[in-house]
Amino acid sequence: MSGVLHLLRLSGAASIQDGGRPGFLRDGLSASGPMDRLAHAAANILVGNPPDAAAIEWGLASATLRAEGGPVRLALAGACGPLRCDGEPLADHRSFLLREGAELTLGRPRAGVFATLAVAGGLALRPVLGSVALHRRAALGGLDGRPLREGDRLPLAGPVPAGEADVGLDPVPLESDRSIRVVLGPQDDLFTSDGLATFLQSIFTVSGQADRMGYQLDGPAIAHGAGGFNIVSDATVMGSVQVSGTGRPIVLMADRQTTGGYPKIATVISSDIRRIAQRRPGEPVRFEAVDLATARTLAQVRAAALDALPKNLRPVEGEAERLMAANVAGAAVDAFRDD
Amino acid sequence: MTHDAPRLLACGNTAFTIEFGAGIDPALSARVLALDAALRARPLPGLCETVPTYRSLTVHLDPLVADPDDLGRTVLALAAAPLPPPATARLWRIPVVYGGEFGIDLDAVSAHHGLAPDALIERHAAPEYRVAMIGFLPGYAYLEGLDPGLALSRRPHPRSVTPAGTISIGGAQALIASIAAPSGWHLLGRTPFQNFVPERDPVFLLRPGDRVRFVPTPAEHWDALCAAAEAGESVAELSEA
Repeated sequence: MSGVLHLLRLSGAASIQDGGRPGFLRDGLSASGPMDRLAHAAANILVGNPPDAAAIEWGLASATLRAEGGPVRLALAGACGPLRCDGEPLADHRSFLLREGAELTLGRPRAGVFATLAVAGGLALRPVLGSVALHRRAALGGLDGRPLREGDRLPLAGPVPAGEADVGLDPVPLESDRSIRVVLGPQDDLFTSDGLATFLQSIFTVSGQADRMGYQLDGPAIAHGAGGFNIVSDATVMGSVQVSGTGRPIVLMADRQTTGGYPKIATVISSDIRRIAQRRPGEPVRFEAVDLATARTLAQVRAAALDALPKNLRPVEGEAERLMAANVAGAAVDAFRDD
Repeated sequence: MTHDAPRLLACGNTAFTIEFGAGIDPALSARVLALDAALRARPLPGLCETVPTYRSLTVHLDPLVADPDDLGRTVLALAAAPLPPPATARLWRIPVVYGGEFGIDLDAVSAHHGLAPDALIERHAAPEYRVAMIGFLPGYAYLEGLDPGLALSRRPHPRSVTPAGTISIGGAQALIASIAAPSGWHLLGRTPFQNFVPERDPVFLLRPGDRVRFVPTPAEHWDALCAAAEAGESVAELSEA
C-alpha cells in the first residue's frame, strides 16, 4: 500500500484544494480552489507536481503531521510559520523528504493567512465534478466533503520518486502593505459620490468574519444611492465587493455564493485576489481603482511570475539550509559561525 | 423595468455582465436565456462560462486570452439584436407537501393575504413557473411566474437554518432550495425532490429555462417519496416537450 500523511494535531483551518472546479457557476456552485494561487503553484512546483495539483491549504493554522507507510516529499509555500521536522528547524519554500515515522510541525504563520503544503505525486482522493477541492457549503470534494480534522489520514497517490534533490524558491511575496486594486462596477452607479469616495479613500480592516467564502471588512459605512441596497439578485464573481445594508463591504472569495442581492461597488482584479486573501483579521485594506487595461497588464505579470516558477528552482544544500533556517528562527547555531 | 438597450457592466478583468433590466419579468428572463443559448451554441474565444440570472447574463473569460472590453462589446452587440427564443421546454412536475411542519409559514402568509391556507396552496401551485436562475448555493432554483397577488417582502429576521427541499417565496420570487441553509424567505412547503446530489450523474437536474409545476401532495406520502428519492428514483415527473 501507498503511504499516508497522518494529521496528528490541528489548530486553525485546513482543507484540500486543487485548481478548483470551474464551469458550474450556472448551477450555483462556485469554483473553490486556492485562495493564493501563486503560493499553491509554488508549493507544487517545488515537489515536481503540476501547479494545480491537490494539496493541503492551511488558513492561520498550526499542525503536526506524520509520514506513515513510507516517506513523503513535501514543500510549504505562502504564509509560513516555523517549520520543524522531528524538532529540527527546516526552511519553507523548499522541498524536503519526510522519512517514514518522522513528524512535521507547522507553526502558525508569522504573517499572512494561507499556506499550501504540497505532496510529491499528489493525494489519492476521488474527484467530484472534476476536482478534489473542498467546497464546504456544498459538502463537496476534499476528504468526505469536509475540512480536515485531527486524526485524518491523507492517502498519497504514489510512492516518492527516488533520488530527487531538494530544491528551493524565493518565498512568494505577501504584499501586506500594498493597496488592493479594483475595477469599479458592476453597480458603482447605485452609490452616491460620497459613498464612492468613502470606498476609495478610507482604510478598512479585515473583520473576524473572513473565510474562504468572503472577507467582511470593518470601516466607515459606504452610502448607497437613493435606490437603496436591494437589487434583484445577479451573479457574483471572485473579488466582487458587495456592500450590504449596513454599508459594510464584503469581498467575495473562492467559496462564495454565486448570486447576491446587494449592490457590488467594485471588483478586485485577478492579480490582487491573493493579496487580499493574505490579509488577516485586524489588518488594513485600502482600495485603489484601476482601469481594465491596467488590470490586464497586471494579470499578465502575475501569470508570468507563475510560469517562471519552474525555471527559478534552485538546488539547496540540505544541511547548510537547515542551519540557516535555525538561525532565522532565532536559535543560535555555533557550528555555523565557524564557516 | 427593461432598459431601452442592454447595458455592459464591468466585473473586474475576468468577467462582465450584460444587463437587460432591473426587475423580475418573463420578457427579461427570456432575453437573458436567449443570449445564454446563443453563446453556448457558438462559443467565443476566451469565453469560459455564462451565468444567467433574472435580468442579466454574466460572462466569465480567461483574462490572458480575451479582453473584457472587446469581448463585452461583441456580446453586447449580440444581446441588442433579436435572438431566437431558447428551444428548451422541459417540464418538471415537482411534488410538494404544503403547510404544517413542512411549511411553517403557510398559515401566516395565508392570513397576510386574507386567504384560506388551501386557497394559498392552490394559487401557489396554479402557475407554470420557469427556472430563471440557479444560484446562491448549489442547485438553488429561483423561479419566475409567481402569482403577483402572493408576493410578500422577506421576513425581517432570517432563520439560521431551513431544511433541504424547502419551497419558499420572497418578494416576487419563488424558490426550490436544494440544501439546508439560512433563509429570510417564507416557507410554504417541502419537496422530497433533490436537485443537487454530488454522487449522482447528473449532479444537477434543473436548468435555467426549464418549466416547473408544483403538485400538492399529502403529508402521508412524504416518507415513501423521501425513501424513493434516497434510493435514486426520480420523484419529479419530467416531460420533454
